[in-house]
Parts: sequence; structure tokens; C-alpha cells
Amino acid sequence: MRLSPDEMIFWQHGFVKINGTLVFTWGIMLLLAVGAKLITRHLSTDHQRSRWQNLLEIIVTAMQQQISEVGLRQPEKFIGFLGTLFLFVATAALCTVIPGYEPPTGSLSTTAALALCVLIAVPMFGIQDQGLRGYLKSYLEPTFIMLPFNLISEVSRTLALAVRLFGNMMSGAMIIAILLTITPFLFPILMTLLGLLTGMVQAYIFSILAAVYIAAAMHPVKTKAAAASPA
Amino acid sequence: MLIDWFTVGAQTLNFLLLVWLMQRYLYHPVLNAINAREKRIAAELADAAARKAEADKQRDEFQHKNAEFDKQRAALLSKAAEEASSERQRLIEEARKAADDLSAKRDELLRNDASNLNASIARRTQTEVFAIARKTLADLAGASLEERVWEVFVSKLRALDDATKARLAEAMKQSPAPALVRSAFEASPERHAALQQAINATFSADVRLQFETAPEIVSGIELSAGGQKVAWSIADYLSTLEQGISELLTKTKTPAASPS
Repeated sequence: MRLSPDEMIFWQHGFVKINGTLVFTWGIMLLLAVGAKLITRHLSTDHQRSRWQNLLEIIVTAMQQQISEVGLRQPEKFIGFLGTLFLFVATAALCTVIPGYEPPTGSLSTTAALALCVLIAVPMFGIQDQGLRGYLKSYLEPTFIMLPFNLISEVSRTLALAVRLFGNMMSGAMIIAILLTITPFLFPILMTLLGLLTGMVQAYIFSILAAVYIAAAMHPVKTKAAAASPA
Repeated sequence: MLIDWFTVGAQTLNFLLLVWLMQRYLYHPVLNAINAREKRIAAELADAAARKAEADKQRDEFQHKNAEFDKQRAALLSKAAEEASSERQRLIEEARKAADDLSAKRDELLRNDASNLNASIARRTQTEVFAIARKTLADLAGASLEERVWEVFVSKLRALDDATKARLAEAMKQSPAPALVRSAFEASPERHAALQQAINATFSADVRLQFETAPEIVSGIELSAGGQKVAWSIADYLSTLEQGISELLTKTKTPAASPS
């Protein structure tokens, strides 16, 4: 039994290989990019606009609103990174309704890659906001004794991000696979529905946590408390 | 091993590529469209507000003008009404005056007619009365009356006051012609002699007399010399009476002619 789509290997040349994770990810990328391109090809600034444009506008403005609710003052600056995180994870979860598809987020490699991106993005935005010195100083808050704990927290929360998403997505796919062998009719459908819900929740959690970490890096004192990681 | 590090690297690149793609094809166009729409709506709202302000201003101006116009109209109306009423008053006054004039003229005309009628009646009556009196006296005149007339004349002559007497004597002296004695009837020579005697006695001189008969003297005798005259006759009385009545008539006519 496969734990992750990493094990679906289509082509391999030594260290370099093309596995299921990469293929499904490219599929999702193609879907998102082509869809966005098609819809935004005839954007209207009038009062009259297409339903697809309305959908996109709802999604984008909702994400903007969420980002600003977390405490980031210029949502346009972060929507590229945080919004794409959400869209990728959510699309990966939604596509589980397609037979034969396995979510790339069910691979620890993918979730680790995303968590690494967050790990790098947080200090980048922090330094951009308050300078290298100011950002590094935030690790000494409230006292220098806290420095090791702050560093551990930085690493552990990244790990938690990766493992949480992987665990949820992998388990969803796994449960469906197991159930299909036991009760092949109605029950897997219900579990698929539950999996869709879990996927959306995970997408929300992942991107909102990234937003919170970035916000904490930008306003260390004010938002540190909010950075406590959920279950 | 759950983590394949090549896949991790490849997925990181994939994710960064996806971020770029989404930025380019999704967030930028959509956000730009939203911003453009918001800007446009804001511009439209501002334009609408400006138009509303302009409309309010114009409405205020219009109301102001309307009120002014109403005021002017009311003022003109009241002025016209005032003028009309004064004109009416003037016309009524004029008409009343004209009516008064007309009625006064008519009254005067009526009064004139009445007084003319009265005057003509009075004249006619007077004439008739005197004609009757003259006729009666002429009918009554006879020898005995004549005799009495002569006697009265003689006594009157004797009773003349001194100034008249002197004036008559002077006139008789100056005149070359004899003094003329006129009577209505032919008198007897005795009467003539008696008169001659009385005159002579009165004027203390020998006066030459010439006797003449004049029927228009109704029962009377007249003595005239050098422009002076002494006479007694009923016609004299009648003419004195006539004169008195005429005076009376004129007196009553004059106060009646004054407007009432």
C-alpha cells in the first residue's frame, strides 16, 4: 500500500525522477493558471460582469479580508504568497473527487516544501518590514534567555505545518482506500465528502497560520500570543 | 523514507512558479479590475453629488425667483386694484357732479320757467287790472266828477309848498308861451275863470292860461309851464300803484332766483 503519491514513479534517471506528486502538482498548476488566464482574459470594470469573474472577485476579496483580519496592513503585498498557498492546498483537496487522483498534499515532500517556503517567507517579510537588526532582535524578546526557545518554536511550527497537512490529507486518502476494500458502496462517498471538508479546513488552517506567522514576524510584540499553534 | 528531497526541491520550485503565475493571471488583473471599478463608482458618486448640489442650487434659485415673481405680481395687482378703485371713485365723483350740474341746471330752468310764467301772469294781471280800473273810471267820469276834479285841483294848487310854488312861478315868468292847462273833458268858462283866479292868487301874478282837452288824462287836470308841471289825475294814482306793484314783483323775483 502507497502512503504517498511520491511512490508513483513514472520516469527516473538517477536522483532525478518524475513521480505522481509532481505530475498531479503540474496538473493543478495547469488548471489554476489556465482557468485564471481564461477568466481574466475579458475582465470588465463595468457594473456588468461574468459569473466567473464574480467568483474570482469573491475569492480574491475574501482572501484579502482574511489577511487583513489577521493584522497585515497591506493585503495586496501578501495575497500572492498566502492566497496561492490556500488555492493550491484547496484545489489539491477538491480534486480528490476525480477517480485515480491522489492529492499531492498527501505527500510529506510537498507539505515540507510548502512549510519550507513559509519558513523562508516569514523572515523575508519580517526583515523587509523592520530591517535585519530589528527582525533578529525579535528573537531576544522578551529576554535573551528566550532565544533558544524562539528558535525551537520557529523550527517546530514549520515541522508542525508540514506534518499536520500531510497527516490530514494522507489519512483522508488512506481511509477512503481502506474503506473501499471493506465497504465499497455508500460509506466511501460519505468519507469522501468528509475528506473534502477536511481538505478545505486544512487549506484554511495552513494559509491562515502562515499569515499569522508573517504577521508575528512583522509586529513581534503585538501578535506573538496569536502565534500559538492550534491542534 | 517519507521525504524525497528531490521532490521537495521540485515542489518548492513548482510552488514558486505557481505563485508567479497566480500573481500574473489572477491577483493582479482581478485586483486591478476591482480598483478600477471602485474608482469609477467613486467618480460616478462624486459626479452625482456634484450634479445634486448643482440641482439643489438651481432649485433654490428657481424658488427664490418664483417667490420674487409672486411678490412682484402681488404688488402690481394691489397697485392696479388701488388705481382702479381711485379711478372708480373719480369717475363716480365726476358722474355725480355732472348729475348735480344737470339737475341744478334743470332746476334753474324750471325755476326760470316758473318765474317767467309768474312774471307774465303778474304782468298780465296788472295790465288787466289797470285796464279794468281805467275803463271803470273813464266810464264813471262825468260832469259832476269833472267838477269835483276841478275843485280838488284848485285846492291842491293852493296847498302847494313854497319851494314848488317858487319854482313854478319862476318857470311861468321865464316862459314866453302861456301856461298850458290840460283836462280830460271840456270845462265851462266859469271853471276856467275860477282856475285863473286861483292860479293868480297862488302865484300872486297875472298868469296867462291856455286850455286844452286831452282824453288820455283819466279824470284829471294838468298845469305845465316852462318844463315844470303840476298835475292831479286818477291816472297818476294808477301809475303810482302800478309802479309800486312792479317794484314788489321785482323784489320777490330776486330772492327766488337765488339757488336753493
